[in-house]
Amino acid sequence: MNEVLLEMRGITKTFPGVKALEDVSLAVRRGEIHAICGENGAGKSTLMKVLSGVYPSGSYDGGISFDGRPVHFTGIRDSEAVGIVIIHQELALVPYLSIAENIFLGNERRGRGGLIDWNRANAEARELLTSVGLDENPVSPVIQLGVGKQQLVEIAKALSKDVRLLILDEPTAALNDVDSAHLLDLLRRLRDRGITCIMISHKLSEITAIADSTTVIRDGRTVETLDMTSGEVTQERIIRGMVGRDLESFYPVRDSDPGPEVLRIEDWTVWHPVQPRKVVDGANLSVRAGEVVGIAGLMGAGRTELAMSVFGRSYGRNISGRLYLHGKQVRARTVAEAISSGIAYATEDRKRYGLNLIADVRANVSAAALGKLARAGWVNGNEEIKVAERGRREMNIKTRTVLDTVGTLSGGNQQKVVLSKWLFTDPDVLILDEPTRGIDVGAKFEIYTIINRLVAEGKAVIVISSELPELLGMCDRIYALSAGRITGELPVAGATQEELMALMTKEKELAG
Amino acid sequence: MTSTKPSVSTEPASADSASAALHVGTSDPLTLIMRNLRQSGIYIAFVVIVALFAFLTDGVLLSPGNITNIVLQYSYILVLAIGMVILIIAGHIDLSVGSIVALTGAVSAVLVIQHGQPWWVGVLAAVAVGIAVGAWHGFWVAYVGMPAFIVTLAGMLLFRGLTMQVLDNVSLSPFPADYQKVASGFLNGLLGGQGYDAFTLLIAAIAVAGYAVSVFRTRLARIRYEQPVESFPLFVARVLVVAAIVMYFAWQLAHARGLPIVLIILAVLVIAYGLMTKSTVFGRQVYAIGGNLSAAMLSGVKVRKVNFWIFVNMGFLAGVAGVIYSSRSNGAQPAAGNMFELDAIAAAFIGGAAVAGGVGTVVGAMVGGLIMAVMSNGMQLMGVDQSTQSIVKGLVLLLAVAFDIYNKRRAGATR
Repeated sequence: MNEVLLEMRGITKTFPGVKALEDVSLAVRRGEIHAICGENGAGKSTLMKVLSGVYPSGSYDGGISFDGRPVHFTGIRDSEAVGIVIIHQELALVPYLSIAENIFLGNERRGRGGLIDWNRANAEARELLTSVGLDENPVSPVIQLGVGKQQLVEIAKALSKDVRLLILDEPTAALNDVDSAHLLDLLRRLRDRGITCIMISHKLSEITAIADSTTVIRDGRTVETLDMTSGEVTQERIIRGMVGRDLESFYPVRDSDPGPEVLRIEDWTVWHPVQPRKVVDGANLSVRAGEVVGIAGLMGAGRTELAMSVFGRSYGRNISGRLYLHGKQVRARTVAEAISSGIAYATEDRKRYGLNLIADVRANVSAAALGKLARAGWVNGNEEIKVAERGRREMNIKTRTVLDTVGTLSGGNQQKVVLSKWLFTDPDVLILDEPTRGIDVGAKFEIYTIINRLVAEGKAVIVISSELPELLGMCDRIYALSAGRITGELPVAGATQEELMALMTKEKELAG
Repeated sequence: MTSTKPSVSTEPASADSASAALHVGTSDPLTLIMRNLRQSGIYIAFVVIVALFAFLTDGVLLSPGNITNIVLQYSYILVLAIGMVILIIAGHIDLSVGSIVALTGAVSAVLVIQHGQPWWVGVLAAVAVGIAVGAWHGFWVAYVGMPAFIVTLAGMLLFRGLTMQVLDNVSLSPFPADYQKVASGFLNGLLGGQGYDAFTLLIAAIAVAGYAVSVFRTRLARIRYEQPVESFPLFVARVLVVAAIVMYFAWQLAHARGLPIVLIILAVLVIAYGLMTKSTVFGRQVYAIGGNLSAAMLSGVKVRKVNFWIFVNMGFLAGVAGVIYSSRSNGAQPAAGNMFELDAIAAAFIGGAAVAGGVGTVVGAMVGGLIMAVMSNGMQLMGVDQSTQSIVKGLVLLLAVAFDIYNKRRAGATR
């Protein structure tokens, strides 16, 4: 059982000007779940690309042996041939093909005359789906499935290739708690079947719950490998390895002193843009100056939909209800009106909805309030750079100049660009949708600190988050949202995750 | 009050690195070129191609008469390319501009030739028709939400058909002399001169002076804002190089037939649109839309409005090109302007515009258009036949976009 399945020794990989990995070693025992932790940019993805052959043998120093034999992969096909399958964070499924077609894509079940034997393919697909606990028809198109189920299809696809070592890159990043728990269960069952698993994750609670060993990587070097089976390794212990120091706390301390009410919505109802159903149903919510208000809800509860519909009706149709700013009713019917009345919304998906990745930091920072830099339609380019420089300084955005392309920055720095952009609109209310998704522990702390600074300046902040500890650590009050309805409002003092979770699932039980 | 933790307390240090960053590689021309390889690659290619054909044609390419010719022959493509590159930046395309050129020319011809209206009535009508056609496209793309490819493909057929109906399927010619002047007129002899046109030189000198003053003011503004600037000698060298090129060009024109009216129109358009795209809110929003449509929407950009107006603008420029083309060909033909859209699109892409949108410049598109113009003209001078010309142009387009993709991949690989 303790026999080593995969061993990577002294891996060093250099890109022009950067040493991405330096003398990294990794030993994964057969039949274990091995977690890899590290801040963004620590080299986790590079290491996995070396392992799977994306960076061919010879483009790096060091050796890999799999199942006791040295291997030299020159492409993904080579690594898949020995049973190493990697599932990336961004799922690689074809949306309009069926589940079965996706599972056997590139590995089709041939019948007579080279034609695909669909009966066999669908039957095998059904078996694979059962083994991952997914009750879906193999002929239905993947696009109809949620992210969590798509993730399971990816795993079924890996199983169809007789996987021996399954690598999951941030498997639960986009999943809600229920789906995450389901996925972790599945990984345990796969372990029992003898499938070895490497899991890259930022969610330390999951790692402590499931991993047998954890290797921590920092700045392209292996820091340590921790044996988790004893159950003595805590999240704090892992973090110490990742950041190289102790964080006194995940959440910086803030003295709460809320002022007058800034934003209030009453009886807010939003319909789905195409389907005949309400996604937000009669929501009432308020936030005061100098206050952080959290919105907790499972995926699909209508959190983002609520926020976006308030933000200039950028989501949904038939929006009804009243919106008050500083006690006065306003009608922000377009994003431009919402911005000018003092609302800012930082999206949960910064790459798709938040940033122009091919443009520079400067253009992104000014994008939502370019008019402030212009006279008679002409933009003062120097003033713009000054503003961007100020954002860079205040947010501690790590970039060489503000003329660097945003797409080249790390997730945490991209998020700081998003925040700079919205702060430049000088909002009274900031709605932050998953402000720390996919960014590392150090950058998270910086984002929290920024939020606290804004609140101290008298801004009102609404934080939407899937991570309950984050809400409990950051907010003054938390609203729980379930199936479009606000099912409770808790002051943070004394609130627990269990209480919140109960409220977040309340409506579902009533309805179901 | 907030009690902040270590990570933000490093402000003095980051302020230092900011001021250091302001002066990164500022007076090193090589760094400047390498940093903007995508853009400067085009200029280098242009110089190489000009030099190559100047050599191959024993200098005929750069002779006064021929330079005038190139300007006259390709002016309407360049005008179209201005509008096209703006559409491409926003992530659209217009396949119908050839048909719009034909239609606007036809309307003008019917009014001026058949109905004996004065030349300016024809010009205004053509431009108005162009704007109307642009608004038509803009409506379908911006407000109905159809892909521009489909809308303008339909427009290509639609407006070609309308052209034939307007012309009753026959060619109309000739235009009166006044109208012909738009494309073949010259401003010369106003100040006299011995074997050359002093007026042309004067205009060029004024233009150079204006350029020098404007870049100097930009420089002062940048210094005031503590932005990096080139070292002063380099700055002077840059102004002198530009001045030398413009004056050489003017000198050649002055020794031919003087200053073509078309060149004035073109210069005004290039300067106006160059500034518009670079430093107006509207222009910047075009880039934002092309770079990430959703992000632009959620940043309060009125996407529909912008999309609508850039199509109207394309129609306007196609109307201008229609006037120039009908004036130059001295008539209107049902098949006029065929394939012009492809030349304009090629100019934009050779000039560094990205297929996915969000990237491109008006000046780049002009250089892209000139690269094609110089190649066509050079090959014509050498007597290369039409088929080979087409092959060479096709390969150049292919290589230009391949270079663009290679560049992008290289940029992606550094992550």
